[in-house]
Amino acid sequence: MTETPKPIAALADTGPTAPPRSQWRDVWDQFKSHRGALAGGVILVLIIVAVFIGPHVWPYDATFIDIRARNQGPSWAHPFGTDQLGRDTLARMMAGGQTSIAVGLTAMLLALVLGSLVGVLAGFFRRLDGPLMRLTDLFLSLPLLPLLLVMVLLFREALNGTFGPERGIFILIVVAIGVTSWMPTARIVRGDVLALKEREFILAARSIGTTNFGLITRHILPNVMSPIMVSATLGIANAIITESALSFLGLGFPPDFPTWGRLLNDATQYLQDYPERVFWPGLGISLTVLSINYMGDGLRDALDPRIRGR
Amino acid sequence: MTLKSLLLGATAATSLASVAMAERGADGHVNLIYWQAPSIMNPYLSGGTKEVEAASLVIEPLGRYNTKGEMIPYLAEEIPTVENGGVSEDLTSITWKIKPGILWSDGTPFTATDVKFTAEYCMHPEGGCAQLGKYEGVESVEVIDDLTVKVNFSQPTPVPYGPFMGGQAPIIQAAQFAECLGPKAPECTDANFSPIGTGPFTVDEFRPNDVISLSANPNYRDPAKPRFATMTFKGGGDATAAGRAVLETGEFDYAWNLQLAPDVIANMEAAGKGVAMSAFGTLVERIEMNMTDPSPDLPEGERATAKHPHPILTDIRVRQALSMAIDRELLVEVGYGKAGRATCNLVPAPEIFASDNTDCLVQDIEGAKALLEEAGWTVGGDGIREKDGKKLSLLYQTSTNAVRQDFQALIKQWWSEIGVETELRNISASVFFGSDPGSPDTFPKFYSDVEMYANNFDGTDPQSYLAGYTCNKAPRPETQWQGENINRFCDPAYDELIKELGRTAELDKRAEIAKTLNDMLTKDSYTIVPLVDRGRVSARSNTLGGVELNTWDTELWNAADWFRIK
Amino acid sequence: MLTYTIRRLVLAIPTLLFISLVIFLLLELAPGDPMAQVPLTVPPDVKEKMRLALGLGEPTHIRFVKWMWQFFVVEPMMFIDWLFGTALAEGQQRVLSWQFRSPVMDVVVQRMPQTLWVVAMSYVVGILIALPIGIYSAYRQYSVFDQTGTFITMVGYSVPPFFSGVLVIVIFSVQLGWLPSIYDTTLVVVDWQTFKLQLMQMVMPVMVLALQTTAQISRFMRASMLDNLNQDYVRTARAKGLSEWSVVMVHVLRNSMIPVITVIALGVPSIFGGAIITEQIFKVNGLGQLLITAIQANDLPMVQTVTFIIAVLIVFFNIIADVLYGVLDPRIRYD
Repeated sequence: MTETPKPIAALADTGPTAPPRSQWRDVWDQFKSHRGALAGGVILVLIIVAVFIGPHVWPYDATFIDIRARNQGPSWAHPFGTDQLGRDTLARMMAGGQTSIAVGLTAMLLALVLGSLVGVLAGFFRRLDGPLMRLTDLFLSLPLLPLLLVMVLLFREALNGTFGPERGIFILIVVAIGVTSWMPTARIVRGDVLALKEREFILAARSIGTTNFGLITRHILPNVMSPIMVSATLGIANAIITESALSFLGLGFPPDFPTWGRLLNDATQYLQDYPERVFWPGLGISLTVLSINYMGDGLRDALDPRIRGR
Repeated sequence: MTLKSLLLGATAATSLASVAMAERGADGHVNLIYWQAPSIMNPYLSGGTKEVEAASLVIEPLGRYNTKGEMIPYLAEEIPTVENGGVSEDLTSITWKIKPGILWSDGTPFTATDVKFTAEYCMHPEGGCAQLGKYEGVESVEVIDDLTVKVNFSQPTPVPYGPFMGGQAPIIQAAQFAECLGPKAPECTDANFSPIGTGPFTVDEFRPNDVISLSANPNYRDPAKPRFATMTFKGGGDATAAGRAVLETGEFDYAWNLQLAPDVIANMEAAGKGVAMSAFGTLVERIEMNMTDPSPDLPEGERATAKHPHPILTDIRVRQALSMAIDRELLVEVGYGKAGRATCNLVPAPEIFASDNTDCLVQDIEGAKALLEEAGWTVGGDGIREKDGKKLSLLYQTSTNAVRQDFQALIKQWWSEIGVETELRNISASVFFGSDPGSPDTFPKFYSDVEMYANNFDGTDPQSYLAGYTCNKAPRPETQWQGENINRFCDPAYDELIKELGRTAELDKRAEIAKTLNDMLTKDSYTIVPLVDRGRVSARSNTLGGVELNTWDTELWNAADWFRIK
Repeated sequence: MLTYTIRRLVLAIPTLLFISLVIFLLLELAPGDPMAQVPLTVPPDVKEKMRLALGLGEPTHIRFVKWMWQFFVVEPMMFIDWLFGTALAEGQQRVLSWQFRSPVMDVVVQRMPQTLWVVAMSYVVGILIALPIGIYSAYRQYSVFDQTGTFITMVGYSVPPFFSGVLVIVIFSVQLGWLPSIYDTTLVVVDWQTFKLQLMQMVMPVMVLALQTTAQISRFMRASMLDNLNQDYVRTARAKGLSEWSVVMVHVLRNSMIPVITVIALGVPSIFGGAIITEQIFKVNGLGQLLITAIQANDLPMVQTVTFIIAVLIVFFNIIADVLYGVLDPRIRYD
């Protein structure tokens, strides 16, 4: 009689006790536990709430001129002071923040999507590499200012007619900044992809029949996340400053339309006499960029399976 | 108080210093900063103010205008007039007598041939001379003898002081430029960068758009001048930085044209290293009303032409109301300080030509509202006036410039108080002041309802300036959108009066006509709404003496007399 | 690798010709008028004559062919003449600037010293500061050093030079009076005294520019190092008993350099494009100021020539970067 061996309890298969977790849930958990990312997120949300809700609560209009109250320091009526025409700086910071953040985020996203797309395609498909990189060279070579002038000349009236003056200009500026700033991202991503696609894990994935689309989205993209994140943080600062340069040249928003970049530019002239005036827009831009930077750090860490759960 | 004592000190030092040593080059080195850098030393090839100013250190005209706008002889013995026989009775010729003994900086004598050559150089049909306007109407230039030259005009010219007069029309050396006539002009780089001149300085090295090194002209006609042995003429940067370098850090001695907010300049002066000087000329910042319809719905070629009168602004009451709503004194206070004066005139100076028109100086919001009511524009639901379903809404454009944007914001607010909605637009100066017929944003094309900029006239006679507003000078597609009459103002009576001005020689009569013309454009029609008579502000360090700010000629007109206050 | 490089260099020629055409057409299309800076007191018909004298009356394609001839044939001949004292280009029309009426290349050469002293120096300084910061920040991620570095570089990057430049001038030139606020381009370094002067006038613009470079490159360096520090090969290397220095500075660094090389190569041509705002603030008057004033004055021959030179550098440095990828990571195959 042979005894049927008693199954060893420890070796028995038990059903999973915890419910299955999606990858994105893991990412979110990791992201939440990143203190910097959390702080960055909270600050960014606060800024966005302040600039979008603030103007509805605050009694002063950003373009209202009170000529008797010009060049005032901080007071209860004007916590951030007033400018050379007696406009309330707090109101201008809030109105300016709306435009700057909207332009900064959208233009950055546009540049990022374009850049990553071109970079991944060029790096991954050898046949596309030549044409796409020559296109990148071409865009890098075009002089920025005449290019923008031509874009404004060709599209301003058409866009104004279709979308109305304000939204038309917004689209024009976002597209102008996006179209002229995707090239570095594209080249950086391509360089990384060129190296990545020769790695063993790509070969392994390909050998089990993963499609190109799957390869790119599941294996390539997560691995080029960190340079993309850095590009994003640098890109948003760039977009905010570029917007002010455009408006200054008369290619952007109307001159009485405040933005952070323009406020900073206007205030530089008064740096010695009213130093507090450069402080606020400088702080606004820096805080936004820093918070996005920390969120980018958190996201990068969260997407890296080797760090996750540490 | 402090300023006054400083000035007094400076004058005291002047008299002492000039006695102590009057010797060429005794005062060492002087530094000038122009925030717009000169690109060439030949004003005939550029025409830009910065080039004219830089060149005036080296090449000189026969006569200049002084700080009061009076003509004074430089290379000439005296200013020719009808009284002294220099100008012919029939006003068709002028005869200049040259001071004997003048040498070019290379040691060769200056003669009437050089003067004749200068006219030939500029009047060459293929030369593209920027100062051709100065030689308008010149039929021929004759050399009578070595020191006498006669200019013949094709018709009677009451003001024959275009050629060879003022910083824009200096004399160049025939020997140096002989090979540079017409199409060859741009190829003479050496001559264009370091012309041989009769002025107090000569060019040692010219770096375009950067820096010019100059030294005293060894053959200058006054052996005691210039007092400075060498000069550095730095260009580039911006007005704030230039002001700072003179007034705050003291690195430079002279800064040109500080277009800065008055409180910024005042704070810089407080550092005590220098003073800001101001003087007034004929530069007037104004709002121009478009008499034609710039609507984008009109087909290209008809848009903004006399074919379609402006739907809102053709009514004089609207134009007058827009003018009445503006507080000019406040604009001056915010934008120009002591470098500006509120004005209602297109021709604010010289005194004899300035109309006594001061009606616009007092802001009258209520009066403006009443005028608009009278014109049938009633306040709609959103506070904006309407008439026949059309909103009183205007597009207001100007060039990019901090002061202009402040003006736009202020005027927009005043106009909103009288129920006028304003959309603002600012355009880069390099596009706005150009006249590329392909661009919709140039000032002569005027694809907006109102626009703001500043303009002036050379010399002291406003004839050609006022003649810009005749009907045929309106920019339109047939003229490639060229023309001075950017409002498309058209009044046969005005054209007639301009012709009369061209025939009149008597100064009093001319002044009379000029004033009438000025009033026709301003207070009688509100086609042009003058805002500010803009002066020139330049800064000098406390140790630089002899500077007299001149708005009628170049600022450096008397650089030979500059000296170091010890 | 050599065949690849040669193929790329040959391919660069049609690319560059095409780029030059696109730039030319773009400049043609852009609104602008070389007469915009001429005072309004000059009558319009005189301005029209001046335009004709600049050659603007000729059709676009003729002007393009003329520019091509002058740039690709006459200018190289001038260079040969200058090198060997020959007279090949005698009497030939060179590319003339509309502003200066003088050969464009002469002015470009004249602007090189200050551009190299300030802009190129700032780039080198920026890279030299950025690499150690990036490496150490990644190695000690979330340490005090990393956090401070992140904070300073990000604030530094988000504060544009039109502000930081003025700020340092106000502090060091106006308040303290230590450094000159205006760059003297005529200064020639011959002895210690002039060298010291040169250093003093360089330090502010170089630092303001280096701040931007440092911020950018250190962020990419840090991110790329972080990606590699957790790879398996690092564990293997450590397990082999390699010293920490050689693990980090040889293995990890080499594998992390690809994005950094890309960024550095992208930045080199922009040295020759100059640093427009910083140059303007410190009155350095280098190539950046030359280009921007040319654009403002609609000096098309100058803009066309300078942007084309920059385009050549862009294409060339991108080829260098591509070749370096292969050197850094031999797995990258091109053929």
